[in-house]
Amino acid sequence: MNLRNVLIMPFLADKLFYFLTFVALLSALLVVFSKKPMRSVLFLIITFFCLSGHYVLLNAQFLAAVNLIVYAGAIMVLFLFTIMFLNLKSDVVDKRSVLTQLTATISGGIMLVLMVALLRQAEITVIKEGVDGSVGLVESLGKVLFRDFLLPFELASVLFLTAMVGAVMLGKRDAGDKVI
Amino acid sequence: MYKRNRALNYKKMDLEIIKLIPLEHYIYFSVALFCIGVVGVLMRKNALIIFMCVELMLNATNLLLTAFSAYRGDATGQVFVFFIMVVAAAEVSVGLAIVVMIYRNSRTTDVGILNNLKW
Repeated sequence: MNLRNVLIMPFLADKLFYFLTFVALLSALLVVFSKKPMRSVLFLIITFFCLSGHYVLLNAQFLAAVNLIVYAGAIMVLFLFTIMFLNLKSDVVDKRSVLTQLTATISGGIMLVLMVALLRQAEITVIKEGVDGSVGLVESLGKVLFRDFLLPFELASVLFLTAMVGAVMLGKRDAGDKVI
Repeated sequence: MYKRNRALNYKKMDLEIIKLIPLEHYIYFSVALFCIGVVGVLMRKNALIIFMCVELMLNATNLLLTAFSAYRGDATGQVFVFFIMVVAAAEVSVGLAIVVMIYRNSRTTDVGILNNLKW
């Protein structure tokens, strides 16, 4: 079964694309500009949901599910937990000086303009015929992952083990530390 | 036989939907998302929010890789996105542990005070 064609009427796909893009960009801006860290996290979750919608539109259903589980689930819970654990005061001034803010915005805007201007001239060839549309389904991705990329997949577990040990070591309180 | 025909029909429909949205729009969307992340990293002082903006940038690249992969019918790009997500999960866990340790030592997550290695 194809999730995308069941969930979404094909003629709605382009409207849905622009809607998801709008919501994602808006909530990404709110992540940057909202005062409280908690609100930033919640807007980031909205952004991730929109990106999952984009993955469904691209027929990459495995990535849509993984994005929801890993990003919107695990990573964002980690962020929320840390923010609540640290009990950050929202009245602490978080913004940099006006000059720095202006410089940051201008340099980001220049980067945006430059990249758009460069990409407008790039010749992007799209293969019209013979493209396999079912490439993002779990079946085909699993075949590629476990046939061609088995060693990196196994090495990822070593990476996770290292990260886990590192996080525990960093979070561990030594005997001489002051208690917060 | 019927099942096979249905699968073929789905494949055809996929292509038609993909053609509705030009690939350029995905590129511009990803660039915009990436630049918002860059502005956030440069503008904010809270280490947690800087982390979130890094996640935004990672997700922009993920979307672009997925779009190219889907438009080319090549699964390698999506496998790469999968590995990026794996590395991002590991990175976030270690990074948040570092943030917690910084908070424990200095009672703040402001990156402005972490200037001991500056000069």
